[in-house]
Amino acid sequence: MSWRHIEERAFKGLMLFSTALVVGSLLWIVAVVLWKGAGALKLSMLVQMPRGGAYGDEGGILNGIVGSMLLSLPATVMAGLVALPVCIILQDEHAGRNPLIRTARLSLDVLWGIPSIVYGAFGYTLMVYLGLRASVLAGIIAITFVQLPIVARAIDEVMKAVPRELKEAAYATGATRFEVATRVVLRQCLPGILTGLLLGFGRGIGDAAALIFTAGYSDRIPGTLAEPVASLPLTVFYLLGTPYPETRARAYAAAFVLLVIVLTVSVVSRFVAVRFRRSTVS
Amino acid sequence: MPHVQVRSLSVWYGSAQVLKDITVDIPDRQITCIIGPSGCGKTTLLKSLNRLLELTPYARVSGKVLVDGEDIYADHVDVVNLRKKMGLLSQKPQPLPMSIYENVAFGPRVHGMRARKELSSTVEHYLKAAGLWEEVKERLHEPAAQLSVGQQQRLCLARGLAVEPEVILCDEPTAALDPVSAQTIERRFKELSHDYTILVVTHILRQAKRLAHHVLFMYMGELVEAGPARQIFDSPAHPETQAYIRGDIS
Repeated sequence: MSWRHIEERAFKGLMLFSTALVVGSLLWIVAVVLWKGAGALKLSMLVQMPRGGAYGDEGGILNGIVGSMLLSLPATVMAGLVALPVCIILQDEHAGRNPLIRTARLSLDVLWGIPSIVYGAFGYTLMVYLGLRASVLAGIIAITFVQLPIVARAIDEVMKAVPRELKEAAYATGATRFEVATRVVLRQCLPGILTGLLLGFGRGIGDAAALIFTAGYSDRIPGTLAEPVASLPLTVFYLLGTPYPETRARAYAAAFVLLVIVLTVSVVSRFVAVRFRRSTVS
Repeated sequence: MPHVQVRSLSVWYGSAQVLKDITVDIPDRQITCIIGPSGCGKTTLLKSLNRLLELTPYARVSGKVLVDGEDIYADHVDVVNLRKKMGLLSQKPQPLPMSIYENVAFGPRVHGMRARKELSSTVEHYLKAAGLWEEVKERLHEPAAQLSVGQQQRLCLARGLAVEPEVILCDEPTAALDPVSAQTIERRFKELSHDYTILVVTHILRQAKRLAHHVLFMYMGELVEAGPARQIFDSPAHPETQAYIRGDIS
């Protein structure tokens, strides 16, 4: 066998190994979480509020599930509302040579890299300044900051991929920039925008650090935006910090619920993207 | 006075000059073919006529383009009205991400046409003018992306016509099409040239010979020669034009 054949084989082996590593780690994580949490995984976990003990050794984690939704859904909407106009102006025909706009893309990259605990601390400083206490509102704001760069960069990439010729075709009919952006670019990017939002949602719902100071924790489902609220990642964090095996099993069960939510969101976003892509122009 | 007059037009992309001091009149209600080798500035000239160049961040324009006697690069010019006078047909068909009907209705809608009946009859009229009506009348509300490429290009033609332009700008409009679809488009151009001023960028010499009433030959950013088709093809004056027509450069 010639050296080039060996090279070819070795490279193929490396590719397969890397792929197996990626798929394998996902399966491994799911398996470990499931195995460790199996004992505590019951329907009552999903539908009951915590009861008994400081961390709730009985009952369920409904407060965390509902709390995570209360935080991540509005945060996703807000991140989307901010990201869309930003992404539109980032595109060449709007940005032109404006240096401020040209640095916006870099800012988003930097924001993406900022650890979420920093957003949490930043949010906490803001709260102290405004005289707020840990609350749903503060949590939503912190999670919005965590999601924004992810959502914006994802949507930006999709918008960059809109063929220049397609936009030119729309402009050539005499459409204004606003009309081209809203009627053509947004429509063309809809699958990508949805994927970007779901990506942000997945990131937001899994984040614990941004919430420790901002949203706090609660055994109840909050009735107003000013009350503290539980979240799944913090449920995992607190339960896992206890010395009791039964409680730690509940932590893994909560982690499993979180995993299932994130996986479902990923799969649904893929599906939605494929469905929508059929009617757009390639 | 012709609809379109170009006066000392130069264009730069960054520091590279791609159009050099071009002055030419485009004859009304005729087909003018812009020919020349790749990279000679044909498409740039075309896009400078409806200010599409300004979507490119580093493009810079000097000189004048007069449309109906008015310099389109003057400060007060409404680019929306200018583009309404100029239809565009690009190399690869670019149907908008919406239905067949909405594609044709897009232009009239942005220019304020609201009445459903009026829109429907406009859509039908221009789909007929583009020679597509019979093929799509049963499925007007299906996504335009489902049409064949040849049909898509005629849809784009209909969309361009629907804003009632005076001039149609075409950038290698048959390059992505099969021979039969290309022939259909060329036939449309000949019919439309009775009512419209048509500019066709092409690097297919035979297509220029079939279509052109008038020819502009460009080379390295300069307009080398312009004149009636027969004159350019039969007795070109400049050595570069002669070489290109002979097929020595392409």
